[in-house]
Amino acid sequence: MSKQTLIPVGPYHPLQEEPELFKLYCDGEIVKDVKWETGYNHRGIEKLAEKKSYDEVFFLVERICGICSTSHPFAFANSVEEIVGVEIPDRAKYIRSIIGELERLHSHLLWVGLAGHFLGYNTVFMWAWKYREPVLDLFEMITGNRNSYAMFKVGGVRRDIENQKIPAIEEVLSLVKKKTDMLVGAVMDDPVIHARTKGVGILTKQDILDFAAVGPTARASGVDIDVRRDDPYAAYPLVNWKVITAEAGDVFAKAQVRLLEMYESISIIDQCLVGLKKEKEGETEVKIKHIPEGYGTGHAEAPRGEVYHFVVSDGSNSPARHKIRAPSYTNIATFKKSCVGQTISDATISLAAVDPCYCCTERLAVALDRTSGRRIMNAKEIIEHSAELTNKLLQHE
Amino acid sequence: MVLEELKKTFSKEILDSESRNERRVTLYIDPAALVPMSEHLFKELGFRFIIASALHTKRGFEIYYHFSYDPSGLILNLHVTLDQAKPEIESLSNMFEATNWIEREMHELFGINFLNHPNLEQLLSEGNWALGEYPYRKTFKSNGEVQA
Repeated sequence: MSKQTLIPVGPYHPLQEEPELFKLYCDGEIVKDVKWETGYNHRGIEKLAEKKSYDEVFFLVERICGICSTSHPFAFANSVEEIVGVEIPDRAKYIRSIIGELERLHSHLLWVGLAGHFLGYNTVFMWAWKYREPVLDLFEMITGNRNSYAMFKVGGVRRDIENQKIPAIEEVLSLVKKKTDMLVGAVMDDPVIHARTKGVGILTKQDILDFAAVGPTARASGVDIDVRRDDPYAAYPLVNWKVITAEAGDVFAKAQVRLLEMYESISIIDQCLVGLKKEKEGETEVKIKHIPEGYGTGHAEAPRGEVYHFVVSDGSNSPARHKIRAPSYTNIATFKKSCVGQTISDATISLAAVDPCYCCTERLAVALDRTSGRRIMNAKEIIEHSAELTNKLLQHE
Repeated sequence: MVLEELKKTFSKEILDSESRNERRVTLYIDPAALVPMSEHLFKELGFRFIIASALHTKRGFEIYYHFSYDPSGLILNLHVTLDQAKPEIESLSNMFEATNWIEREMHELFGINFLNHPNLEQLLSEGNWALGEYPYRKTFKSNGEVQA
């Protein structure tokens, strides 16, 4: 067997926005095997949730992910409302869907920009992020925050979107729609992007089923799943839209699915705004006094795929168990299929193609000191530990 | 329809069942039946594995295996109860890749042993915390103390 070279990508690497270590075992330019190390971002959120009241858990789960910060509260609200067995008012449903779809818009714009950046096509990066800004400004106007909007609560939403704000939303949407046309043209008709992404990082339908991948990653391989349609929640059953799929399973197909989904999001928001005008202002929640004993399942279609929350209640003020599964948790594992056999330069865009979110994936642990087994590390020890791990990696490989 | 067929095929192994509505069903099953039932769900009926949730309760360790049947939006939970002193169950990771990470995670955080798992290494902590400590057990307190 020929000698394999290890190329580490991460844990802190200019290409990755978040800490994650991928070890690419290469023979010449070709990736032969890929291994990864997780665990740089652990915050123990599932355990923390057991100590917080249901109201506080919303703020906690919102901080699982910085990009799709409303998808976790969405799924959590769905699961708790299932335990209670409550139907929320239509106005709250519309508001929830508007927030969810605006988030999909800015998240997909972010991905298109990053994908362009990974390919060395920085014009796309500049454009996509430039036109993501108005969406974030819109969030600031509606919710008070550009991110982590704190809009959801059990039984409804915390803030209304007053009818007087609707024209401003419509204005931004028409701008984003125009710029999406431009981006779609820039990406879909560009021969360089075709050459770099077509036939690269292919995931077959069977791979998707084996790894249980979700979201645009699955839809780009012809697996027609979308929680918004399959198990409808919020205002999605009240509006017309379609699920975008592609067959090729390569990076280009994933880009295509995301770009075309943006048009669907804009259309859903437009219809929700029409629905919003028909409902009475201020009717945005049902008062819930008590969460009974039981368990509830809530899932929501985040920009990256299905977010799944499972909440067990013992009748007290806090969840007895709160299990969270973010979409990247299953999507990242597909690297084993998509990267092997590719060149190193294609491996990076294959990694990026599932839009991995490491914060979402790693919400889980409590750091203890290795020697005593008890203490939580202080800052100095963490830095020393990090240097030690890097040295170990360099020596070992 | 799918459920009726499943209940007929595994009538002995299903100990109890519970449903909130037609989209949310839980089957309480014999742990020995987990592998054949999951195989039937995945390979014959086209169910998708979502995730598994482990719980530490007074009864011992419980695991909900969540499956989804997307054409009808059904979420089917297979529930097993494991022994308090020696929690172990057959791994599903030889059948599909999707359980590989979550079984390693439950092994690491709850101390549940998955028999015949292809690679039961630590997923999250790569040996950075004390062996034999399981932070997601109810006996583990966040300040690092372990309740007897």
